[in-house]
Amino acid sequence: MEKTLFKFIWRYSKRDQIILLVMTALSFPFLYFSLDLPKIIINKAISGKNIPSEIFGVPIDQIEYLLVLSLAFLLLVCINGGFKFYVNVFRGQLGERMLRRLRFDLLARVLRFPLPQFRRVSQGEVIQMVTAEVEPLGGFVGDSVALPAFQGGTLITILIFMFVQDWMLGLAAIALYPIQGYIIPKLQWHVNQLGKARVQNVRRLSEKIGESVSGIEELHANDGARRVLATFTERLGTIYDIRYEIFQRKFFIKFVNNFIAQLTPFFFYSIGGYLVIKGDLTFGALVAILAAYKDLSAPWKELLTYYQRLADSKIKYDQVIEQFDPPGILPENAQFAELEADFSLAGTISANNLSVLDDEGQPVIESLSFQSEKSEQVAIVGPSSGGKDLAAILLARLLIPDGGQIKVADKMTLELPQAATGRRMAYVGPSAFVFNSSLKENILLGAMHQPMEVGAEEDLSSEEKKRNFRNAELSGNSLDDLEANWLDYKAIGSDSDSGLREKLLDLLKIVDLDDDTYALGLRGTINPLENKELAENILSARKALQERLKQPEISEAVELFDKEKFNNNASVAENLLFGTPVGDNFVIEKIAENEYVRETLRLVELENEFVRVGRDVASTMVELFADLPSDHEYFSQYSFIAGDDLPDFQILLGRAERLGLDSMEQEDRDRFLALPFMLIPARHRLGLITDEIKARILKARQEFASNIPDSLRGSIEFYSEEKYNGSASLQDNILFGKIASDKADSSEQVGNLISEVIESENIRPIVVEVGLGFQVGLAGSKLSAAQRQKVSLARALIRSPDVLILNEATSALDSGSQSKVIKNIMEATKGKNLLWVLQRVGLADVFDRVLVMSGGRVIETGSFKELESQPDSTLNNLLRDE
Amino acid sequence: MSLNKEAELLRDIPLFRNISPAKLKLLAFTSERLWHDDEQFLFKEGDDGDAAYIILSGTAVVSIESNSGSQEVARLKKGGVVGEISILCDVPRTATVQAQDSLTTLRITKDTFFHLITEFPEISIEIMRELAFRLDETNKQLREALNRK
Repeated sequence: MEKTLFKFIWRYSKRDQIILLVMTALSFPFLYFSLDLPKIIINKAISGKNIPSEIFGVPIDQIEYLLVLSLAFLLLVCINGGFKFYVNVFRGQLGERMLRRLRFDLLARVLRFPLPQFRRVSQGEVIQMVTAEVEPLGGFVGDSVALPAFQGGTLITILIFMFVQDWMLGLAAIALYPIQGYIIPKLQWHVNQLGKARVQNVRRLSEKIGESVSGIEELHANDGARRVLATFTERLGTIYDIRYEIFQRKFFIKFVNNFIAQLTPFFFYSIGGYLVIKGDLTFGALVAILAAYKDLSAPWKELLTYYQRLADSKIKYDQVIEQFDPPGILPENAQFAELEADFSLAGTISANNLSVLDDEGQPVIESLSFQSEKSEQVAIVGPSSGGKDLAAILLARLLIPDGGQIKVADKMTLELPQAATGRRMAYVGPSAFVFNSSLKENILLGAMHQPMEVGAEEDLSSEEKKRNFRNAELSGNSLDDLEANWLDYKAIGSDSDSGLREKLLDLLKIVDLDDDTYALGLRGTINPLENKELAENILSARKALQERLKQPEISEAVELFDKEKFNNNASVAENLLFGTPVGDNFVIEKIAENEYVRETLRLVELENEFVRVGRDVASTMVELFADLPSDHEYFSQYSFIAGDDLPDFQILLGRAERLGLDSMEQEDRDRFLALPFMLIPARHRLGLITDEIKARILKARQEFASNIPDSLRGSIEFYSEEKYNGSASLQDNILFGKIASDKADSSEQVGNLISEVIESENIRPIVVEVGLGFQVGLAGSKLSAAQRQKVSLARALIRSPDVLILNEATSALDSGSQSKVIKNIMEATKGKNLLWVLQRVGLADVFDRVLVMSGGRVIETGSFKELESQPDSTLNNLLRDE
Repeated sequence: MSLNKEAELLRDIPLFRNISPAKLKLLAFTSERLWHDDEQFLFKEGDDGDAAYIILSGTAVVSIESNSGSQEVARLKKGGVVGEISILCDVPRTATVQAQDSLTTLRITKDTFFHLITEFPEISIEIMRELAFRLDETNKQLREALNRK
């Protein structure tokens, strides 16, 4: 990274800066003429002296002369404006481009930081630096050369003009500049110092914000909010003080500047006036000088502001760069170097004399040496502080040792590019991280290292793509096409999508995630237009299920959707809509607000009825829940009314008692009206939805479907026996009804039935595939810790690495699943090197060899049996402690 | 059967007889009402227990495993309770219960029950009283049995 801001600017924008300079220089003659012209207009054209009798051979009179000059002035205004516009746009683009480059450089560096650096720089700080702090630098880069050149040039042009008019006045105009030049930097120095402090304090604030967000669980669990708020207050206070002082000082500088700028006209009026009276200076010249001086103050001000911005930008650049150049940063070529096609790391692993020091310089790994033969499966065990986890991290080259060497297949891994360690090796740690995308993408990430079709001509066919590519190139950004196919089919060991599918299904079984994925698939949705075959399959599964449901012992476990019948296991809203809401218009929480729904209710004379039922629901809820605290979990589980709203409803009920439902305000009636929609008669058993009401809801269902306006047509997907419903889950599509909530064990029975149908229709793999499309949420928050670990394992396994290093990678799994997964993975990696740091010694018995680590070195090695047979071996001690 | 009826029925059950009607209604509302196919098992001996069942209609046949196979020990009708021990303490089911004559029950889970007790401690006093009463009964029976020996 360039050490100073100007080196950075010069290196990457030399050409553009020169173009800007040239453009600026070209604009000066026009500027000069536009200053000179008013004088000629006043002194010659208006006062009528020395009018040339002809221009370019064409004879003219005074008025015509004035017109010609005025038009020339107008033309100059246009030309000057044109120059300004061009230069501004060019400058803006340059600034954006350089900002983009700088941000990219910084981000690329973050990806090359040695891992220990992340103990020193927090996420909050990095974000603050890359997004906020460098932002003003972009604007400055565009101005860095051209602005001082332009404004300085303007200033000099104007000054030359003034000196040509009268050297004394010119001198007067700049008489105070030396004083400003002396005072301002002195004042500015303090502001700079404060600017530095401000940057640091804002970073500390971002760090604290990031920390509070990450640790929010602990804060709530320990009632730590007040203390955190006090910390925020303290940091915000410091920032406030600094900013306030900066403002004071900045405005003081402004005040000094303004004062001095106002002093100069004093000289013009006195000295200039004197000269005009004496006849040494023409009146026109004085007017022109005064006009020029007015123009002079603008560039001068700009220059002073530039000076302040320059100081500010330099500080920001230095402070950011400092953070992004940590010792031990990975060289750029280590991240981008490519491998030969047949590169392999299959072979002996040997670690020699590895040592790692902690931040205090104490050794945590000391002369660690061990060997692992080709295709050996080794377990590493030991007490948790014994350094076994560090050994795994070292082997995976995520940490560079302070001493020693690691050789894999006779290659020094420390010297290999990341392409070698990140493709032919794989590492999974205990804190499996899952990215916010689908399950599938998370797994495939393990085999997506570079775009596989590099720069194919047709890829760049679209204009937009070409433009994006060109801009990325000009900003020194990555030229890899995100939309290209990144999947390394060769590493996966298949060359087709169907091979990939099988591989994924296989992997899910190995890491014991296939049942979970299947369940996710059942809950998932598909677009029937894009997956016609699957939709067909699901529909035939629906038919098969309905066939099975004809058996008497199971028939009542499901209440199928029937256009002509009220479904007691569905909510009143569902019964009315008889379809799945798409978007917000008809969601159950807001359905009562929908005007069309209301219209339909009125049509079948249900509106008043619903208000009445709603009142009864409310009164039952108040009766049942009134004694509970408002945050009791029963409210979310059972109540139709949120705990906080209960007092409102108590008041409403009182009002209904007093006034009668019909005389209540519409707003109050609406609150009652919203309640019945949520009733599920079979579950809630309030006895409020009578047969009479059901019949009318059925009528409303018909009216709703037949009169629905076009604008709302897209807001609902109606249930249809023959059609796949793209808005409902696979399971709901197969079921096409509701599980009877009042039938004992019905969900279990139906669940089994669905599995049976899916098996018999052979669509389980497809359901699993739909499950693979499940979006896992921020940092995989929608998955359990065990599921996240399984995803990470699958990610490492997908590219069949030569060396697999697992560091307590199954710690979140329950013990049954854990031994199953260990067995599966050992089976799957047979013939490859496997090093597995185990949490529990007892799990190590299936491995070829066991390394026992303690105190940062290997203290025992041998087969599990050998070590177990020595009564006083550490392994036995560890086993006894478990 | 509506919620009010269920609550009334709960009141007739000794374990709940001193609990106020409003609380019983809440208990009924937060419990599931289920109907069972004939012959369907509510639970089997040795299962982990997580809920008690109150019989609303039909018959529940209670049986225990013995050396000579399954042996019926009781038939419970409307108002009868099965599995209540397991919502009070963690013991495996001590008998097998099967449905007959279109059995319908109110299923009270351990969680529901404990929530109710935590929220309204006066209920636990009533239940303690009832349990103590039962213990006393058992003691009496034991004494009689010992005397007979």
